[in-house]
Amino acid sequence: MSDSAATDAKQSFQLKSASVSLTALELYYFENDEFEANLRDKISQAPGFFKDIPLIISLEKYEGLDSELDFFKIIGTCRRHNIHVIGVRAGNDDQRRLARGASLALLPGGSLRDKTTSEATVDKGHQAAAQPDTTHEPAPARIISQPVRSGQQVYAPDGDLIILAPVQAGAEVLAAGNIHVYGPLRGRALAGIHGAESARVFCQSLEAELVSIAGHYKISEDLQDNGWKSAVQIQLRDDVLVVTPLDKA
Amino acid sequence: MARIIVVTSGKGGVGKTTTSASISTGLAKRGHKTVVIDFDVGLRNLDLIMNCERRVVYDFVNVIQGEATLNQALIKDKRVDTLYILPASQTREKEALTREGVEKVINELSETFDYIVCDSPAGIEHGAQMALYYADEAVVVTNPEVSSVRDSDRILGILQSKSRRAEMGQDPVKEHLLLTRYNADRVERGEMLSVQDVEEILAIPLLGVIPESQVVLNASNQGLPVILEEQSDAGQAYDDAVARLLGEEREHRFMTAQKKGFFSRMFKGG
Repeated sequence: MSDSAATDAKQSFQLKSASVSLTALELYYFENDEFEANLRDKISQAPGFFKDIPLIISLEKYEGLDSELDFFKIIGTCRRHNIHVIGVRAGNDDQRRLARGASLALLPGGSLRDKTTSEATVDKGHQAAAQPDTTHEPAPARIISQPVRSGQQVYAPDGDLIILAPVQAGAEVLAAGNIHVYGPLRGRALAGIHGAESARVFCQSLEAELVSIAGHYKISEDLQDNGWKSAVQIQLRDDVLVVTPLDKA
Repeated sequence: MARIIVVTSGKGGVGKTTTSASISTGLAKRGHKTVVIDFDVGLRNLDLIMNCERRVVYDFVNVIQGEATLNQALIKDKRVDTLYILPASQTREKEALTREGVEKVINELSETFDYIVCDSPAGIEHGAQMALYYADEAVVVTNPEVSSVRDSDRILGILQSKSRRAEMGQDPVKEHLLLTRYNADRVERGEMLSVQDVEEILAIPLLGVIPESQVVLNASNQGLPVILEEQSDAGQAYDDAVARLLGEEREHRFMTAQKKGFFSRMFKGG
């Protein structure tokens, strides 16, 4: 999204259009204790990935009272968990006035896209699988052609991760988007780490220690019954990781 | 310029020092002026296997710290006259190896030697990283068992990220897999990983397979690099490995159980 805090450009800097992928917290209603409990729960599923991330509050699905919408509490609670609320998306005029009062940036309504659905309070099952991100320039995929060895970590913070070599046991690959491994996946693969539930993991031989999509994970023991050591894709359906052989896809 | 070869593994007790002794001896026997450096400061072993422990006066750390010259510390091998040993210190700690100090010694050796073989300590910490930092090639010594393979994978990752070649963005360190303590009978019984299994997991080219053998132990105890036991399987396997390291094509041997009267090429490619 574009950085639009436009003031007159002086010689000391230059304004440039920037495009970054953000996590949106889709708020349904707000009750501070419950919010914090849910937040803590989410963070515990993927500790580390939430640390110091910027977050926007999406109000499209907000059903609570405007009077309950206390942005100062939301910001404070998020801060306590090292999450930085930077703005709100959508919302009616009153809600946006409240947000401005809390010094939050106002972003245009999110009817355009729903790329990074963060599962903030309630999980929603209904999600058209693998909706392509068509609304803006896709983040470039990170491509790795060397084996990812034990103890190494490869991270694609914005987009997909494509690995043209094995991911060895004890290695870890992480991506905001999909992970493709054109080789055996023996280590840990975490796709959709900012909460993209539509992210998938593809590999030529599933031998993984752990596969996670948007914080929902399965460990090696739970993966062995289905598609083990064969070419598969793994996706999230109704909050459950589903493994499908690639030749039947 | 000397070619710098590190013998490394991650895991301990897989045969790094045995391999360093045999590879350096093999290179020297072919007429290349070779020095083998023991990087295992504090736990030196190479001098025992090379049978020169009673001739150690000054060591690698003395040279790094300027307490002795390289010529004072280098020990000339009694069997092969183009072979020299730079022993490790028994009384210091691995932190005595500084990157600058090691570089100084390696640069000086590079001027007169064709091959510098670095015998790495076990582990992935400072000592092992110093041993591999300046390497052009790496012989990764692996036993056919899961934990050794895992540790070799780890050290391969370090070679790719923490060697001088990686840091300078030069061509990567050339990696070779040397499978030691290979027991074809136990592989057939499914008690050990096979050559193909290990090659498939580590995805680097195979330099050789050294069969498990009592000869290796006996040779070590006598202070004889096993490559000089020319009649033994292990000695011949090391000789093949050295030949391949020098670019010669040799068929892999000692990979099938001995009961069988034939040996088939057990794996594709090389």
